[in-house]
Amino acid sequence: MKSFAKWSAASAVAAMMATSASADGHALSGDLVIFSDMSNPAPRAVMEGMVERFGAMHPDLNIELTIIDREAYKTQIRNFLTADAPDVANWYAANRMRPYVDAGLFMDISDLWAEEEFANLASTRGAMTIDGAQYGVPYTYYQWGVYYREDIFAELGLSEPTTWEEELANCQVIVDSGRACYSIGSKFLWTAGGWFDYINMRTNGYDFHASLLAGNESWTSDEVRATFANWRQLIDMGGFIADHQSYSWQEALPFVVEGEATAYLIGNFAVQPLRDAGLTDDQLDFYQFPAINSDVELAEDAPTDTFHIPSGAQNVEAAKEFLRFVVSAENQTIINAGDALGQLPVNSAASVDDDEFLNQGFAMLSSNSPGGVAQFFDRDAPAEMAAIAMEGLQEFMVFPDNLEDILARLEDARGSVY
Amino acid sequence: MADTSIQPGVAARSGRGWYKRNEIAVTPWLFLLPGVLFFAVYVIWPIFQSFQISLYEWDGLDRPVYVALEGAEITDAECDALGPRARGNPGCADSGTTASTAEYVGLDNYRELLGDRNFETSLWNNLKWLILYLLAIPAGLFIALFLNQTVFGIRLYKSMFFFPFVISQIVVGLVFSWFYRPDVGLLPPILAFFGLEGVNVLGDPTLATYGIIAAGLWPQTAYCMILYLTGLNAVDPEQVEAARLDGAKGHKMLWYVIIPQLKPATFIAFVVTIIGALRSFDLISIMTNGGPFGSTRVLSFYMFEKALSEYGFRMGYGAAIAVVLFIIMLFFIGYFLWSMYQDEKGR
Repeated sequence: MKSFAKWSAASAVAAMMATSASADGHALSGDLVIFSDMSNPAPRAVMEGMVERFGAMHPDLNIELTIIDREAYKTQIRNFLTADAPDVANWYAANRMRPYVDAGLFMDISDLWAEEEFANLASTRGAMTIDGAQYGVPYTYYQWGVYYREDIFAELGLSEPTTWEEELANCQVIVDSGRACYSIGSKFLWTAGGWFDYINMRTNGYDFHASLLAGNESWTSDEVRATFANWRQLIDMGGFIADHQSYSWQEALPFVVEGEATAYLIGNFAVQPLRDAGLTDDQLDFYQFPAINSDVELAEDAPTDTFHIPSGAQNVEAAKEFLRFVVSAENQTIINAGDALGQLPVNSAASVDDDEFLNQGFAMLSSNSPGGVAQFFDRDAPAEMAAIAMEGLQEFMVFPDNLEDILARLEDARGSVY
Repeated sequence: MADTSIQPGVAARSGRGWYKRNEIAVTPWLFLLPGVLFFAVYVIWPIFQSFQISLYEWDGLDRPVYVALEGAEITDAECDALGPRARGNPGCADSGTTASTAEYVGLDNYRELLGDRNFETSLWNNLKWLILYLLAIPAGLFIALFLNQTVFGIRLYKSMFFFPFVISQIVVGLVFSWFYRPDVGLLPPILAFFGLEGVNVLGDPTLATYGIIAAGLWPQTAYCMILYLTGLNAVDPEQVEAARLDGAKGHKMLWYVIIPQLKPATFIAFVVTIIGALRSFDLISIMTNGGPFGSTRVLSFYMFEKALSEYGFRMGYGAAIAVVLFIIMLFFIGYFLWSMYQDEKGR
């Protein structure tokens, strides 16, 4: 009985402290629990650095950071959002967050987006919006595009293609020299999704692409067939490495390093391992995926990684302050620098680190992507559709003749998923 | 009353506590209790839960429930209907409880299974696993017979043969996928040495499942071998001697004298191999991830993909697959239990 009295007294004091703290406004106190999926070495250091700097700004706040393995996080998030919600959690933009938004597990933070600083994040506002409200903030994104062997292009007398005809002509020269034009590892399927994103956005434009992935266009339509016909041109001429269905994206990197393939359509995250494998900036370069249909505007894939506040958050005030801190220009400059994440800041007032690839990516996304910025195949399409579709895309890359069957299957899935 | 003085033992016995009187009957149950409890909570109960979930369409998420504050003009139901926006409404509060988002669909998940090509592929692959995995039994027997001799260092050889069972299935999967790799693997040069064309085993939808089963047979054979080695220890030397006097030799000796005596070992090997085939998951996950284009899926992997993987949000559908797998397993498990029961009765 005595211990119970003590306990209730203590909790009453704690409750009083909590209320007084929230009344105070600026001096944050209590606990801030953060779950993060930034488990790879560089992102981990970035996350720990952010917590440290935020902690220094708010000395009374006790920050508990839990870093969970990036892959395991994808399944654990379902449990912890329901059962034991942190105050801040990592996740992804666009359709990837829809299940949690629909279940009411992510907090509506439209009030944050109404603040002045958030005007600088306009480029990803759409990706963070579902049904007119915003549910998270971006901390980084990165460009996709063609990373190629500059030295081999020079040796063969090729230049960066800007049209599909140039692209096919280049590829013919490369194939004739005994190499493959493109390396790809499609074992885990999503790399094929990147190819579809680009060829479809270049053939039919961003709006059709977005509408297709949202389930509003048919997979058996002429537009989609045109996309696959263009893709097939590259496949039939031997443009892709053989047996790509057996490799992960990392296992397909050596083909570029050893010069058996001259280029790789991939995200900027591939630059670091390519450099680590010994390619210098004189050997490696970047170009924007060439135009196919001159009637459509260029659009790009730029997957955005985000922070969210779960509905079950206990210390909402501190969580919002943390999100403000995350999106600030100063912080985004620091965390996206070449020695940290090595990616692009979303805040337009932040500065980009002086790196050959980041500069090109930044220029491309800020001035040469008039059609729009997509997230990525498996983030724009609902999860179930993405899984079924990417399997079909991989099959198409290996057996292009199965196209009719694949398209019928996808159209069938469209009927049941949406 | 006179009896009590004549039989003091009875009085003393009836005077003891309830537990002391029933000690013999109760004690085994007390020892069993923790096991039974955990088995019921973590095995039996989830089985029934799977049956139940398979009748629902559910993404595995629970949503927070919002209620109206006392004196507010809004009702509980209205607050709840607002969903997360209820937080912005001064009349509503988070009740701290959650509600499931599941929706009852009856047998719809099972109907969908009937027309699902991936499910069909998974079933066929399960059958391939069941049949081919049984090769581990004769292979294990053969190696056990081969190793059942006393030469210098035999313990070392035995442990070398047993080694694949000790290492994790994940490692076995990795080793075999490297072995098959078309660019740096060992298999292509070996085939080339014999003048055969290189083949991408795990990238070919018609071969990939067999490639994975071959990898699975490696540790499973070692397991069967160790079962048979212990079984061979128990073979009655007098029977062997008698058979030899009667002129039995070679495979006749093996078939009529040794193998009948190994029946218990064969039974256990059969049980573990069948169960092992039906729960094959780790090898598929690590070697092909179900691909290429879903050609190596089995039921357990498909269930995981649909319900729990990165893109899987269909708990109900996953549970329906699990129920089908459970029924298949139940068929075998029922047979095993029945044959064990017959065995016990015969003694």
